[in-house]
Amino acid sequence: MKTSKKSKSISYAKWGYIFLIPFFTIYIIFSLIPLVSTFYNSFFENYMSGLKQIGPNFVGLENYKTILFDTELPKYAYNTLLIWILGFIPQIIVSMVLALWFTSVRLKLKFTGFFKTVIYMPNLIMAAAFSMLFWTLFSDIGPVNNLLVAMGYEPISFFQNINATRGLVGLMNFLMWFGNTTILLMAGVMGIDSSILEAAQIDGASSWKTFWNVTIPSIKPILVYVFLTSLIGGVQMFDVPQILTNGSGGPDRTSMTMIMYLNKHLFSKNYGLAGALSVILFLITAIISFIIYKNLTEKGPKEKIDSNKKISVKGGGK
Amino acid sequence: MSISKLNKFLCYLVLILLSILCLISFYLLIINSTRAHSEIQKGFSFNFGDFFDANLKNVLDNDQLPVLKGIRNSLFVSIGTAILATYFSVLTAFSIHTYDFKFKRLAFTFIMMIMMVPPQVSALGFIRWMGELDLMDSLIPLFLPSIASPIVFYFMLAYMQSNLPKATIEAARMDGSSEFRTFNLIVLPIMKPAIAVQAIFTFVSAWNNYFIPSLIIRSAEKKTLPILIAQLRSADYLKFDMGQVYMLIFLAIIPIIVVYIILSKYIVRGVAVGSVKE
Repeated sequence: MKTSKKSKSISYAKWGYIFLIPFFTIYIIFSLIPLVSTFYNSFFENYMSGLKQIGPNFVGLENYKTILFDTELPKYAYNTLLIWILGFIPQIIVSMVLALWFTSVRLKLKFTGFFKTVIYMPNLIMAAAFSMLFWTLFSDIGPVNNLLVAMGYEPISFFQNINATRGLVGLMNFLMWFGNTTILLMAGVMGIDSSILEAAQIDGASSWKTFWNVTIPSIKPILVYVFLTSLIGGVQMFDVPQILTNGSGGPDRTSMTMIMYLNKHLFSKNYGLAGALSVILFLITAIISFIIYKNLTEKGPKEKIDSNKKISVKGGGK
Repeated sequence: MSISKLNKFLCYLVLILLSILCLISFYLLIINSTRAHSEIQKGFSFNFGDFFDANLKNVLDNDQLPVLKGIRNSLFVSIGTAILATYFSVLTAFSIHTYDFKFKRLAFTFIMMIMMVPPQVSALGFIRWMGELDLMDSLIPLFLPSIASPIVFYFMLAYMQSNLPKATIEAARMDGSSEFRTFNLIVLPIMKPAIAVQAIFTFVSAWNNYFIPSLIIRSAEKKTLPILIAQLRSADYLKFDMGQVYMLIFLAIIPIIVVYIILSKYIVRGVAVGSVKE
């Protein structure tokens, strides 16, 4: 009797392994091998010079030296960061305000379901199509310039202008992500113990003070999470500026992002430099993820970790 | 009283302005998809035209842009992704949730660790390796990898922890149900709400995916919609019929919006489901 029970529990453990087989097989074939191969390629000189194939020759860290010091990568890193900030600052401010309004007991806003539906919608739109749309709307003969002319202004060549191009990418990132961030922050605000808020009010704290001293510290884990996932999304920024500028990152490569640059090397088959750049991007993402993990495991109450992870379904601020 | 009314008014004003900001580009898109090239060139109008059918017909008949095939390929990849990602994520979560085995903790930690690795950083190895497997210019590498979706897995696991009591599985075992049968006939139905939410998200992200497909797909036959849009962007713009340009964007965006409006209640709830679940 006893032995049969024991053998039964062993056979159940077996099912645990069996059910993991598809995930790990597919992960190894389609993700792990490519990742290892990317690292491996980064140590080899391997590109086309005209029609001549150079390499692959082992060159150690030479590709890393080249990509960091002899290319415009620092400029593209700066572009990526700047455009991300242009989208993120309005995003976090607007989302914070909306989250407070939607959850406010005093305001009792109506139609919040409708507004949430509307502001979340751009998040589901194909970024390639959305930026194609923005490009046609803001092109030299597009509807925006038509309106400007009709109102008596000079037409603007938006895509010849550095600030306008970067600003449009930032605006699109803002539109695509502020609804998502609002919903995340709302979950955080609703999770605050209402008795703490009431206590602050009884103590006569102004709403502004309550906000800074109670609300913000209470949702800090979620805020840090939103910040860092958005940053990871920002590092991955590609679709919008790629389509908007037709891959040129124009004007004068001032809106070229790091992934656009990676994409260029992948298309020109410079596998050494593409590999080194991939590894650098991998390390940046790994560091940010590690900080997220630290932040969540040390400070976040359990529910918050759950809700955060869930939301990462939609990733950061691509 | 009047101050609070003023506050409320300001809130609604801001919300309405933000909503307009979100919707206006789609409104312009719909307007221009109903207007002929010559009308669009003449200037903007807030009125609908009557060229919707003609634009649709023109873009579907365009020899340079295999739009119908693009829609078919996109649907195939997206539906495949949604089915594989949800089914196998529930299966993986079921393994971690239900069974006790030696490497369980390790497997879970590993999946959590790879969750944040973006596909772009291994794209180089991916395309070279797909070349060796003879999967270049194939739709398979666009949906098969979704069997291993760490984020969907995590969502399923969280849902399972609060909705699938171990007693249910024990009861099925008593009835002599095999583990695989229990999974398919008892666990999957319980997981339906979570599967629905994730099916939508995975479908949409596959539908919108551009980076990896643009590196894998070569032939016109296999192009998905985002690749066709990028192709249109790099074509000589002035030669193009703008009615068709808007119509192609319309076809890529509007079906998703329609589905979203129908299911928005579940989607918006799904985004923050973790915090609502208890």
